[in-house]
Amino acid sequence: MEKQLFNYLLRLADSSLILGHRLSEWCGHGPVLEEDIALTNIALDFVGRTNSLYEYAGKVEGKGRTEDDLAYLRTEREFFNNLLSEQPNGDYAQTILRQYLTDAFEIHFYEALTKSKDETLAGIAAKSLKEIQYHLRHSSSWMLRLGDGTKESNTRLQNSLNEIYRFTGSLFETDENDSVLIAGGIVPELTGIQQQWQKDVDTMLEKAMLNKPENVWMQKGCLQGKHTENLGYILAEMQSLHRAYPGVNW
Amino acid sequence: METIKLQEIFDAKIEKGDTIEPKDWMPENYRKTLIRQISQHAHSEIVGMLPEGNWITRAPSLRRKMVLLAKVQDEGGHGLYLYSAAETMGISRDEMIDQLHSGKAKYSSIFNYPTLSWADIGAIGWLVDGAAIMNQVMLQRTSYGPYARAMVRICKEESFHQRQGYEIMTVLAKGTPEQKELAQDALNRFWWPSLMMLGPTDKESPNTEQSVKWKIKRETNDEVRQKFVDRTVPQADILGLKIPDKDLKWNEAKNGYDFGEANWEEFFNVVKGNGPCNKERLSARVKAHENGAWVREAAAAYAARESKRGNNGN
Ligand SMILES: [Fe+2]
Ligand SMILES: [Fe+2]
Repeated sequence: MEKQLFNYLLRLADSSLILGHRLSEWCGHGPVLEEDIALTNIALDFVGRTNSLYEYAGKVEGKGRTEDDLAYLRTEREFFNNLLSEQPNGDYAQTILRQYLTDAFEIHFYEALTKSKDETLAGIAAKSLKEIQYHLRHSSSWMLRLGDGTKESNTRLQNSLNEIYRFTGSLFETDENDSVLIAGGIVPELTGIQQQWQKDVDTMLEKAMLNKPENVWMQKGCLQGKHTENLGYILAEMQSLHRAYPGVNW
Repeated sequence: METIKLQEIFDAKIEKGDTIEPKDWMPENYRKTLIRQISQHAHSEIVGMLPEGNWITRAPSLRRKMVLLAKVQDEGGHGLYLYSAAETMGISRDEMIDQLHSGKAKYSSIFNYPTLSWADIGAIGWLVDGAAIMNQVMLQRTSYGPYARAMVRICKEESFHQRQGYEIMTVLAKGTPEQKELAQDALNRFWWPSLMMLGPTDKESPNTEQSVKWKIKRETNDEVRQKFVDRTVPQADILGLKIPDKDLKWNEAKNGYDFGEANWEEFFNVVKGNGPCNKERLSARVKAHENGAWVREAAAAYAARESKRGNNGN
């Protein structure tokens, strides 16, 4: 089961690293100082969670790979983050929407993960859950402000929804790798979580006066390392310095 | 009460070393000087997020990335405290930000230099936060209460930043020859700008005398600069890095270092807007503000509607 657990940990860590990277791109450029600070803080939570997950993944794998080896020395096709996390920041509406859709998933997912029979994973999940509760409060409040703010903000949010909703299916991708972990009580089954997510999202879209896109074909493929073209550029930037000086300490 | 009487009370407080509080009477020039200084300080925190933010997405390890994110977040927080401290003197944050964007208000000259390598993040923490601390420790005893109290909170975090920057430099200086070269190059580029960020020499600084009298400043620019050099040179020695100043030498008689003259022509040009990144820094701030206008409008419209509905907006 080590192999499966390792894969699973990578998936979680990759998603959180890539979204953290996206959020950190806002640093110094936010729409108002308080939001600049909030987004940087959230980015920090994601990178911190990534660090714990990779550290544990390295241990589970047992080949001596460190968290930095896993973050900096894998290529596009070896990353398994969900496709939503790598979507561009766009305007503030797109960033908030991407965040809300993620937070609404993570709140249920990590809650379930706190009950994992794997104590380390349950511990990471418990710490993350506290952070996610704050993330969700933050993104939900902005969904309402933007959705029910001005005509412009509502339009921007709606446009973003039309643009990135097709990547939400990727939050729930699963394959045979997971079944043995689910059977062992290590990770939760996603069907119930997806239903809860959909219910929450539908309620939010209504409150924020947004129209849910209909007949959306969901883009998938992250578990096979099949990404949108965005990921290559993220990794090129993120890994450039680390790769330029192989094997040194920082 | 007559102004003369009020002036006497104010003078007595300054003399005694009491703090001046927002509700107290104060001379108009004291107020103006402080608004200028505190808002400039706040702007520096905010603009300072840019050169360091420049390396967050490329930080070479996850740990460094986290430390840098936390640092830049701290700087944003410093900006918030300082804007609030300035607001107690009757100016709004919006006004201050407008002054920054129009070029009327200044920010620290140091942030107009580019961060060209990762080592610059170390050099900024070590030297720039290090120089800032020299000023800020002194400002914990500044005569205006809200400013002094903001400084107490800020100083704790700044000394973390300084240590973390020095740690980056230590790892590089003790690393491979290429890494050590990165560290030396960063020191070469940031040394003089760090000395200059402490402000012009005392004879070129006409406001200093009055500021010292009002106990806004407790030490002159040259005094702070001397302290900074005395503290930093031994740190460079430990790293095995060379300070780029051929006139630098220990002076036993004054129990401090003698050091060369900075290029003040460069300094005044950077202040005037001719530094390598003045245009980029300011346009990044203006762009963030303009792109955020619709967000702030939406938040305001929503809050107004919520308060009409009897909710508190959250
Ligand atoms: Fe600061
Ligand atoms: Fe700092």
